Amino acid sequence: MGKTLYQKVWEAHTAGTLPDGRTQLFIATMYLHEVTSPQAFAMLRELGLPVLHPERLFATVDHIIPTDDQCEPFADPRAAAMLNELRRNCAENNIRLFDLNSGRQGIVHMVGPELGITQPGMTIVCGDSHTATHGAVGSIAMGIGTTQVRDVLATQTLAMSPLKVRNVRVEGTLRPGVTAKDVALHIIGKLGANGGLGYAYEFGGSAIESMDMDGRLTLCNLAIEGAARCGYINPDETTFEYLKGRPYAPKGEAWDTAVKRWKSFASDADAVYDDVVIIPAEEIEPTVTWGISPDMNIGVGGTVPAPEQARDEEGRKAYTTALEYMKLTPGQPIKGLPVDVVFIGSCTNGHITDFRAVAPYLKGRKVKPGIKALAVPGSQMTALQCEQEGIAQIFREAGFEWRLPGCSMCLAMNPDKLVGDQICASTSNRNFKGRQGSPTGRTLLMSPIMAAAAAITGTVADAREVFDIR
Amino acid sequence: MPLTKIISISGKAVPVAGADMDTDRIIPARFLKCITFDELAGTMFYDERFNADGTSKGHPIDAPQHAGATIILGGENFGCGSSREHAPQAIKRSGIQAIVAETFAEIFFGNSSGIGLPCVRASREDLARAMEITTTAPDTQWTVDLESMTLSCATASFPISMPAEPREALMQGKWDAVVELMNAPEAVAALAASLPAPSTK
Repeated sequence: MGKTLYQKVWEAHTAGTLPDGRTQLFIATMYLHEVTSPQAFAMLRELGLPVLHPERLFATVDHIIPTDDQCEPFADPRAAAMLNELRRNCAENNIRLFDLNSGRQGIVHMVGPELGITQPGMTIVCGDSHTATHGAVGSIAMGIGTTQVRDVLATQTLAMSPLKVRNVRVEGTLRPGVTAKDVALHIIGKLGANGGLGYAYEFGGSAIESMDMDGRLTLCNLAIEGAARCGYINPDETTFEYLKGRPYAPKGEAWDTAVKRWKSFASDADAVYDDVVIIPAEEIEPTVTWGISPDMNIGVGGTVPAPEQARDEEGRKAYTTALEYMKLTPGQPIKGLPVDVVFIGSCTNGHITDFRAVAPYLKGRKVKPGIKALAVPGSQMTALQCEQEGIAQIFREAGFEWRLPGCSMCLAMNPDKLVGDQICASTSNRNFKGRQGSPTGRTLLMSPIMAAAAAITGTVADAREVFDIR
Repeated sequence: MPLTKIISISGKAVPVAGADMDTDRIIPARFLKCITFDELAGTMFYDERFNADGTSKGHPIDAPQHAGATIILGGENFGCGSSREHAPQAIKRSGIQAIVAETFAEIFFGNSSGIGLPCVRASREDLARAMEITTTAPDTQWTVDLESMTLSCATASFPISMPAEPREALMQGKWDAVVELMNAPEAVAALAASLPAPSTK
């Protein structure tokens, strides 16, 4: 009987079984950032323990940094304290930090893959739920809490129980104007925001196999929004092509050995899954959220649903709460809904490919007056590429504020926040109540080209119509 | 490092109803600007409880009859979203000692177990019944018992569930895993030697 990638990677990293029955799982790589690590280092100091494997740890700063002016000291003393604490912890423990002046700083889930640190067959963790992103290269990657960050600092292992594996296959060809973001939102809408509880999602099928690496990163990034703690894609030629030549990727002979090893982790053809879901690619439309959970989404041609359309009584209550918060009316078309703010960026859609996809459509067009439009590249490497390719200039000329890399308005731990009940067309990952910094702010999740169409028209719009995509 | 054996939690309960109670709602991101967990007491569910001007929205947590509650009764997919451990830390530091909900998001569950805050599941019907009892009679004394796996009060008893491993860890006072994880240095060293680490060389 064949095995899944999940099983193979799990077995390869098992150090033993703990008295309570959990696996002691070796962690190949851990990423650190300023929000969820300071308490972990403090706990470690309290226990008087050293960092066991600093060479397997990589840190950057992303959540709290301003994206307009990064001159220090920051205006916000709490943000400055968090960055300085990270610097101190990394320096004291000999941990690599991609700091603001490194040319490699950025959102932790952008930096890892871009530098080739994230590799197939690894176990990867970070104190951040979107760690699922790294599964795109064929690793088991998952978000953990701060106490678990401490466990990895001290022992390079975690106490864990394995997940079940659901094979989510998207078969066929995506229609023009439909992106990885739409695929992810569609899957979450279909299986529910809680549908992946207890599962890892193995994404496959022809539509996913033909996605480029940035698209795969977007898809796996959103696995957690469907409650799957990790999502992954089997490593293939696209993966190897992406990794080759990156700073931390193996070189020379070691490269050939690595590729051979990586291939061996891919799920066997006769692997047995705990569940299989098949979704036809053709049914996926450019997708927009209307509510306060990522599964509350519809195709751009759709209308805001009524509570009666929810699956059950709990769903009806949730829909009622969402409609009230979003100030939307059942039956109202989502298309044409005015927006106040547009945000293109985040670990979900802050990749070079995302900006490349949008730039040609912005050329010669202008952001609708009155709309605040932010473009925030996910990393310094991406920002540099965007400058070199003329993409940044196109965004600026169109009327976007072209910002410095960081998490920015995805969770608004920096000064980029919604005000009052503003509506934001956002390429980020969560439309939770208050997520974008205002307790009454409203988020509509969508793809980068859909967000660009919203910026141009000032409303939710079908990018295929606005930009004549067919 | 001797830890408390967590077997039974008793006290008043407070309902926090609704599906998909995400960790942004449990603790908004602005409260994460800290380098310790010390200031988190009282911040749980902040924007659910208070308006922008600081006035109360009338959330059950702030109702005098639920004051001092040690048990939260929640809904489906409790603790979904961000992995922030600040969420269970804020809950625990606000005096809550157990959460009973229909289901829990994976990461939240692990974070809570790891700090000795048991999260146990009950059926939707039983939770609705328990919320009704506690809303009608807020002084009701509940017990979450990990031995018998029940949520009970003088007039009712409901079955609860939890995966075997964390239950075992809580009951044996071994919920902080770091002690156990330090017991096998040879096995860890062997894996560290054989599994490649990312390098620029």
